[in-house]
Amino acid sequence: MTSSLGEPNLIAIAGFFLFIAVSLGITYLAARRTHDAEHFYAAGRNITGLQNGLALAGDYMSAASFLGIAGLVALSGFDGLIYSIGFLVGWPVVMFLIAEPLRNLGRFTFSDVVAFRLRQAPVRVAAAAGSLAVVVFYLIAQMVGAGNLIRLLFGLPYELAVIIVGTVMLAYVLFGGMLATTWVQIVKSVLLLLGAFLLAGLTLARFDFNPLALFQAAGDQYGREILGPGGLVSDPIDAVSLGMALMLGTAGLPHILMRFYTVPDARTARTSVSYATAIIGVFYLLTFILGFGAMVIVGQDAIRGVDAGGNMAALLLAEVVGGPGFMGFISAVAFATILAVVAGLTLAGAAALSHDLWVHVIRGGHASDKEQLRVARVASALLGVLAIVLGIAFEGQNVAYMVGLAFAIAASANFPALLLSVFWRGFTTRAAQASMLTGTASSLLLIYLSPAIQVDVLGNAVAVFPLRNPGIVSIPLAFLVAVAVAVLWPEPEAADGFSELERRMAVGAGETARSNGRSRNP
Amino acid sequence: MSFSGDLKRLNAARWRIAIRLTLAMMVLYFGFILLVAFRKPLLASALTPGLSLGILLGALVIVAAWILVWIYVRWANRNYDSGVAALRGRL
Repeated sequence: MTSSLGEPNLIAIAGFFLFIAVSLGITYLAARRTHDAEHFYAAGRNITGLQNGLALAGDYMSAASFLGIAGLVALSGFDGLIYSIGFLVGWPVVMFLIAEPLRNLGRFTFSDVVAFRLRQAPVRVAAAAGSLAVVVFYLIAQMVGAGNLIRLLFGLPYELAVIIVGTVMLAYVLFGGMLATTWVQIVKSVLLLLGAFLLAGLTLARFDFNPLALFQAAGDQYGREILGPGGLVSDPIDAVSLGMALMLGTAGLPHILMRFYTVPDARTARTSVSYATAIIGVFYLLTFILGFGAMVIVGQDAIRGVDAGGNMAALLLAEVVGGPGFMGFISAVAFATILAVVAGLTLAGAAALSHDLWVHVIRGGHASDKEQLRVARVASALLGVLAIVLGIAFEGQNVAYMVGLAFAIAASANFPALLLSVFWRGFTTRAAQASMLTGTASSLLLIYLSPAIQVDVLGNAVAVFPLRNPGIVSIPLAFLVAVAVAVLWPEPEAADGFSELERRMAVGAGETARSNGRSRNP
Repeated sequence: MSFSGDLKRLNAARWRIAIRLTLAMMVLYFGFILLVAFRKPLLASALTPGLSLGILLGALVIVAAWILVWIYVRWANRNYDSGVAALRGRL
């Protein structure tokens, strides 16, 4: 089949500009209400449960989910579904262990919670290191996806495409803060669900609306083993390692955790996770249809012909079942998806730099709202430039795989310290610091020693570390280090603060003034 | 009964159900991953034409995640929130 991919697509271009215009309009409205840090980071804490559920889904369903998983399923069948399922099962963990304590104990970032009864500065530095490592890996994946998409649709050079995405995203974050970012996520979530439903519907119409007929056609065409596990998970330990990273990583993603501060209370936080889990689950079930649909209707050779990684499978499917106009629509949706995720990530990175490092470490917890906001904006601009540079440097990386690594870092660096800080009275400042730094450093080091870098990038014959995902080593290591350090060097003051933490975790801050950690609450 | 005693009991009840549900999710998901890793031919076997055991179990893991979240929300809305409200009233 011949595809118009690679030539400028008018509907896609119109869709891009429409989305950019609508989202800048939202940003303009939001900017008029964003005067202080409370609005910039937490949208004034006035977001409803359904809105935040959609926004959480918007932050989560990235280019990796939509383009990457559809491509993985189209090229390797069942194996691609392992990602779909892994990305969903993190949400119940967020719900049960993290969401409500987080909402009641923190203000802007998850380090507020870890630092609640510990010494501020050491915890904040370690938490910012972990957050920034996750944000940077995640950003690279999104920028690479966006660059390729715009290059293919507009016929623009890759570098220019990355610069455009970075600039537009910065405009939202700089001026509209969390409120603009939240509404951009909501619009994007609705568009993405609509697009995925339409595409799945048009695909299933060719199979009498029977998914089993579609799967059977895939089996007939490519062999029945395509419907079962294959080569992608050749190493069982690697499969478990990836599974651990996906399941526990969600509960450590700074841009997701930050969303829980945009709602008024713990009950709304709970409601928003249940909406998010429902929406994201439906979306991932649809990826079953989209992936196998592209495999059967477009064909694996045609998909590989456009992009070796299969990232354009969903767009090719849209063109075959709905024509170039529909492909333009789906492309605009994919573009909106990436832009929104990049905005959320940049905001989370800016919060780590300004709220955690600048305000709490450099200024000792005392900074005026005006100063905080200025630092946050400078931090956002720096991160935007960094995202553009890294996006250009990492052209050609596999998008879904990079996101898998970001999850591994999040699960090792942030999740253990966050969980232990609300769960274990004996947890200490040193333990938090050691756990977060060990998690960050070990996951980064093991990624560097893995076959993906040593063999694929550096061209060595063998890798020092055999697994492609470090989760199975770095996550337990971060927990072990935390427990060992806390037992060896107890911190009585931290244990004393636990009763206040328990009270706040259940009843929230209520009408009392919000205190933030021991430094301000002697 | 003392405020702090009730608070401890409420938090303990929440952690108890949260940990049980988390473990249930882990057992289901890692059970699935271990089958993927070690029982490939079993998962490839077709139940009816087009439906392999692997695809069915994968979809069921997603449905199970929904059900576990639903159980938690129902418990928290019915039991936990009223406990929190009672404690707040005594502040």
